[in-house]
Amino acid sequence: MSRPKPEPVQKIKQRRDGVLRALVEGVPYIQFLGIQFERRGDELTGVMPFKEELIGNPLLPALHGGATAAFLEMTAIITLSWAYIWEDMESGALDVTKLTPESLPRLPKTIDFTVDYLRSGLPRDGYARARINRSGRRYASVHVEAWQDHRDRLFAQATGHFLMPGRRG
Amino acid sequence: MTQKNRMAQQFIEALPHAKALGMKLEMLDEGVAQIAMPYSEKLIGDPKTGVIHGGAVSALMDTCCGAAVMSHPSNPHGTATIDLRIEYLRAATPGQRIVTKASCYHVTRSVAFVRATARDEEEESLVATATGTFTVEAKR
Repeated sequence: MSRPKPEPVQKIKQRRDGVLRALVEGVPYIQFLGIQFERRGDELTGVMPFKEELIGNPLLPALHGGATAAFLEMTAIITLSWAYIWEDMESGALDVTKLTPESLPRLPKTIDFTVDYLRSGLPRDGYARARINRSGRRYASVHVEAWQDHRDRLFAQATGHFLMPGRRG
Repeated sequence: MTQKNRMAQQFIEALPHAKALGMKLEMLDEGVAQIAMPYSEKLIGDPKTGVIHGGAVSALMDTCCGAAVMSHPSNPHGTATIDLRIEYLRAATPGQRIVTKASCYHVTRSVAFVRATARDEEEESLVATATGTFTVEAKR
């Protein structure tokens, strides 16, 4: 018995980074807020670099609660969509040579989203990671955490429910 | 609009994030606020449909709820969001502006309770609803 030769690491990285880029670049509001996603294997971390436009309270100053909420919701949606795409991307069912917003599956739709504001968002970069607690055929439940300087000192967290796009075919 | 409301209008519309989203305070009266946000392509969350991202609606709801708290007759010195839950009832129609109305219906010494709704130009059906709790900062 001989195992199939593993794929070259560069080829894997190119495919995964390419799909992630197509997913993120297709959403204008991600670009507007300046959110980026970093990838380690299948794990994603949302990064929201600080900029003046994100401020809600100029006296403190603090990030706008709405910018924080959008950052958390975006991280949840991209993480969910990424998990949904993963299998098709790795098996070759998704054609990764020509990726456009049209060729990617539809994004999950938010049903509800609840944000806990734990401390005020400081005028500096924020990070967020989402955990999919349940993902069924139609519904998914996702928890997201956001922090700035210290991973264990969250400035906001959220839970949301999402409607998954229908499978092709 | 009264003098006090004009000041509130200038204050809210000068918040960098509110300004970036084009928010306009349309009404503010004793715990009730109404804020509008025009449609813009940069706010799109779903490239296939052109529907505005929920996060932009969140920002609008949060600002409107905060304004409602600040305008409450108990006259709080300041406020911050403790928690905000949004229910997305339907996709907002692309190309239409969104108007939110928030009502601060109960205030204690330390907490304000708020409800809000969002509509687009098809006014008979809601786009989203929100419920939130906010801090009440005492005067120093």
